[in-house]
Amino acid sequence: MAPAETSPRSQAPMNQNKRWRVLTAKVGLDGHDRGVKVVSRALRDAGVEVIYAGLRQTPEMVVEAAIQEDVDAIGVSLHSGAHMTLIPRILELLKERDASDIVIFGGGIIPQDDATELKRMGVVEIFGPGSSLQSIIDFVNHGFKAA
Amino acid sequence: MALRRKTAYEEWATRYRAGKRAPKESATTISGVPVEPLYTPEDLAGWSYDDKLGYPGEFPYTRGVYPSMYRGQLWTIRQFAGYGTAEETNHRYKFLLSQGQAGLSVAFDMPTLMGYDSDDPLSEGEVGHCGVAIDSLEDMETLFSGIRLDQITTSMTINSPAAILYAMYIAVGEKEGLALGALGGTLQNDILKEYIAQKEYIFPPEPSMRLVVDTIVFAARHMPRWNAVSISGYHIREAGSTAVQELAFTLADGMAYVEASIKAGLNVDEFAPRLSFFFDSHIDFFEEIAKFRAARRLWARIMRDKYGARDPKSWMLRFHTQTAGVSLTRQQVENNISRTAYEAMAAVLGGTNSLHTNSMDEVLALPTERAAQIALRTQQVLAHETGVTNTIDPLAGSFFMERLTDEMEQGAQQYFDRIDEQGGVLSCIENGFFQREIADAAFEFERKLEANERIVVGVNAYKEGEGADVPTLKIGPETERGQVARLKAVKARRDNTSVRNRLEELKVAARSSDNLMPPLLNCVKAYVSEGEIMGALKDVFGVYREPILF
Repeated sequence: MAPAETSPRSQAPMNQNKRWRVLTAKVGLDGHDRGVKVVSRALRDAGVEVIYAGLRQTPEMVVEAAIQEDVDAIGVSLHSGAHMTLIPRILELLKERDASDIVIFGGGIIPQDDATELKRMGVVEIFGPGSSLQSIIDFVNHGFKAA
Repeated sequence: MALRRKTAYEEWATRYRAGKRAPKESATTISGVPVEPLYTPEDLAGWSYDDKLGYPGEFPYTRGVYPSMYRGQLWTIRQFAGYGTAEETNHRYKFLLSQGQAGLSVAFDMPTLMGYDSDDPLSEGEVGHCGVAIDSLEDMETLFSGIRLDQITTSMTINSPAAILYAMYIAVGEKEGLALGALGGTLQNDILKEYIAQKEYIFPPEPSMRLVVDTIVFAARHMPRWNAVSISGYHIREAGSTAVQELAFTLADGMAYVEASIKAGLNVDEFAPRLSFFFDSHIDFFEEIAKFRAARRLWARIMRDKYGARDPKSWMLRFHTQTAGVSLTRQQVENNISRTAYEAMAAVLGGTNSLHTNSMDEVLALPTERAAQIALRTQQVLAHETGVTNTIDPLAGSFFMERLTDEMEQGAQQYFDRIDEQGGVLSCIENGFFQREIADAAFEFERKLEANERIVVGVNAYKEGEGADVPTLKIGPETERGQVARLKAVKARRDNTSVRNRLEELKVAARSSDNLMPPLLNCVKAYVSEGEIMGALKDVFGVYREPILF
């Protein structure tokens, strides 16, 4: 883990000119990577530094990579139905690692009730099917503020 | 062009542009293929009925693989279903069969698809969520309990561990006292499209291909009613490809299986009649119909002319269709019923042999029983009320349809050449060609939507806010707990010495070039779990990691 005093995340002012760093990942066992790839490319084209971790990342792998890469946020994509197990685990691990300042947002096949519950737990936003790319870019560029 | 017709055409073109409202400059299909406002005989210059179409049931099968098509027999209504435990899914199957469905189609959960047992740490939170959990032969026995396997056909959507589930199905049939030849069905078992699109690969491509070929050889020798592989474009399309890419990559995969099976010592006519295909039916109506027609014509020529197949059954491309999951929207969920209905009609006008219609709520979760029933009824309305079954290939001869079909065929041919230039399908997987083509097409699609160049009702037009919640199917944590407990009981009850021996024999066979089906059958009959079998094969074959690109 990078020492806190050299972390640009903790030093950078929260303004719109900041070049945000986002880790995107497919969590869980499914391989539906169309959405995460399109979002990753759109964010990159919009000037965000994107690190795509790839498929079948465990919560442990995601949190480790997020801390190593010193990202501002983690975007997770799930289509397998395991979101109520795996996303809370990521939140928990971030807390354990004293890295709860890393924002979590997500997308995929996530029913509304579950999205509401995940937001209550600390996920900042869930972008379901039909979300516009611009809404996701705006979300990142505005400092990860929920709509 | 005859002078009179040329003059008339020019007159029309002038009037077309001179209307009060200027017509749209250009239009494309959903795949970006330009389409004209009007097609005429001039678009089919040199076109020959006998060469391009022929009669239904006759080479090159553009008009359908059977002489009587839906007049003789309707397509098979085959709704893909599976959730929770084997017992719950068994109830859903009995319900679907009682509602007039003729074939079953098994959806497995992610751990089963990825070769993990329900008690594996990686399975946590996934058990029974997007399909049924199958760990050992006992679950498979429960899944088909009370269903006569010789009275139905079963399609199993599974890939990397397909040979194991196939062995389990055979073992269930044997327990029912059925001979191998009495079992009819289909394994998806199309590993190439996993590397290309769906990404449920486990082993590296070469041992994976060997497993597929072993099942093709086994089915060719023992199970005349079994389709060992369903060569699938569906996932390629859902991952974002265009219609032409779906067609081209799927048939290229098909050719790779044909070549591998010939290399394994089979004569092409021994296995080619049992190859089947699986396509997407997307929302662009005419483009999809053209794709299905072009697929049949291309495959017939490839099989006859490139591989020298002599049996007409080897020339026939038979296919299952599923409506496009990606065309469904979370907004105004009920609109998905009409999208699915149009897509289903395109599949039928394209001559599909079986069909799954998506439920409106699949964009949110697995379907509720109510939503699944509406999807089934959509097919029944199509079959019995709309009249589309009365006339075979009713769009044949349409200037537009025939032109689109030709363009689809030419586009696929260009991709075949590009794939060959790069050294074939496996090379194109390794160098990321397919993955890049698909990612680019997916991004272009989203860009158009974002720029309002494409309208999706409820998403970027005719919006109604978030709208009312629809009820969704919930899979509770008790499913996982129960499944883990059942697996534990199976492991305690079985003869564990036999388990170890069967797994050792499997590894020895995996290191040789022997067909793996006999040792796999021995494993499943000893109640070796799927995860244990996959673990043994991973020891021998290793695992695959893909190049990451976006």
